[in-house]
Amino acid sequence: MNSFVDLLISLPELFLVLTAMGMMVAGVYTSAGKAYTLISNAAVLSLFGAIGLVLFAKTGTTLAFNDLFINDGFAQYIKIILLLAAALVILIGDRAVRKIKIAHFEYPILIIFATIGMMLMVSANDLMSLYVGLELQSLALYVVAALNRDSLRSSEAGLKYFVLGALSSGMLLYGCSLIYGYAGTTSFTGLETAVAGASNISLGLLTGLVFLIVGLAFKVAAVPFHMWTPDVYEGAPTPVTAFFAAAPKVASMALFVRITMGPFQGMADQWQQIIIVLSILSMVLAALAAISQTNIKRLMAYSSIGHAGYALIGLGAGTKQGTTAILIYLAIYIVMVIGTFACILCMKRKGNSVEQINDLAGLGKSHPAIAAALLLFMFSMAGIPPLAGFFGKLYIFLAAIEAELYSLAVIGVLSSVVGSFYYLRIVKVMYFDNLSDELDSVTGKRISVIISLCALTILLFFLSPSLLVDSASTAASVLFEK
Amino acid sequence: MEITLGHYLGLGAVLFALGLFGIFINRKNVIIILMSIELMLLAVNINFVAFSTHLQNLVGQVFALFVLTVAAAEAAIGLAILVVYYRNRGSIAVEDINMMKG
Repeated sequence: MNSFVDLLISLPELFLVLTAMGMMVAGVYTSAGKAYTLISNAAVLSLFGAIGLVLFAKTGTTLAFNDLFINDGFAQYIKIILLLAAALVILIGDRAVRKIKIAHFEYPILIIFATIGMMLMVSANDLMSLYVGLELQSLALYVVAALNRDSLRSSEAGLKYFVLGALSSGMLLYGCSLIYGYAGTTSFTGLETAVAGASNISLGLLTGLVFLIVGLAFKVAAVPFHMWTPDVYEGAPTPVTAFFAAAPKVASMALFVRITMGPFQGMADQWQQIIIVLSILSMVLAALAAISQTNIKRLMAYSSIGHAGYALIGLGAGTKQGTTAILIYLAIYIVMVIGTFACILCMKRKGNSVEQINDLAGLGKSHPAIAAALLLFMFSMAGIPPLAGFFGKLYIFLAAIEAELYSLAVIGVLSSVVGSFYYLRIVKVMYFDNLSDELDSVTGKRISVIISLCALTILLFFLSPSLLVDSASTAASVLFEK
Repeated sequence: MEITLGHYLGLGAVLFALGLFGIFINRKNVIIILMSIELMLLAVNINFVAFSTHLQNLVGQVFALFVLTVAAAEAAIGLAILVVYYRNRGSIAVEDINMMKG
């Protein structure tokens, strides 16, 4: 009877696992021409179904499977973002996937498996389930990065992602083994008591935590563990890059929050310094390195490194307010990233996608609607009020100031000023440079609807920020009420 | 001489470091990188099993079994990506993986 309750608690994950396996069977038995259309539609439907299951699940904190799995408000908040991001990525990538001939039915299924891995990561309550969730995510992502089998770039991206991803999993695992050895348990609940009860922190536990943080920093692409990001983002097929920039980033950041604010809350003095250094390096390096980029996907890679740096400020604050700020920031970031990538996916010339920033020249005259949407996203990422991105940064910097991390907040503001240069450069190219060869007109209703929805969310966010802020602060408070 | 926990941990640390350096210093062949990754994961397993015996707690051994399973899946996917890469590039030398500068 008890195990039945466990199954109910993990219902959204189980639902996705079952539908994904059903889709694999259905994909094999459908003729090759129709399989992709059928499976991608089914995948989007099942992702929305899972959102429904998460929304209507019982609120409150529940543990399942011998405390390996936890479902609480924090996990639910992140899961909704993740599922929405996965569904939107499948929708916006539809045409591009067909165009570059990677429309295998495995693509949406792999996206779903990666999403299940991420959901397990944010619901992990034990180092063991953390590791298995992380690997389920990573293994699926290695394959989608190399999905364009005939392209050298794509397979090179897959290979680089695999080697560095496996390296980071190894580091994380070494950290797990040391933590297990010196704390005597792998359960987060047990670790919390062990860390809080220890009069002085043993060196082994500290080393383990450092390795764990290094592994997670690889996954969120924080400097100095970011070197895979630009290459992988550039080489992977664009719809896949959109997914990389959106979902795994959010999931790893949520895992970061769960681990540092949960079991290792008692070692805050130790990990805060590491996080602050990571955060400063990420913000500064991303702002400087992005300036010289000519490829828009590479630019987005540095942009995502910078955003990871800003989110880490909230973590460095180590307070409930900081956690709330991270959750708000991640939700806004996802909308901006998906909108931007939807615009990038629309960039085509004579049917072939282009990805140089110069190709955007004259977009303001030839495609006013797309240019206006991209303008909104770029202004929002640069943090110009009253767009949503401004509020994301505002809450983060407020949290840093409340936690008396003044220099961190100042460096953040300065690097966001430098960073706004490369966002504004795109706007300048679109509106003030002479028209190069005109880009194709946008085709596809779904992608236009998604771009307009994202743009409206960004534009009208200031009307009622409390919608997001309230749910984020409810989600964050779960981690602090003990 | 009695073999203590410290010896096992030392062995694990040395093997892990070998794997780590194998990835960074190796300039020849991607297969060696895959071997280094396996070496790192196995070093972690030595740690887990040693701690498990030392603590008289089975969790570490269960964890080691999970690591073994995942390592097998990881090796399979790594080799598959490597085969795809070889078909496109005609080489698996580390210095040839340079289409994109990072």
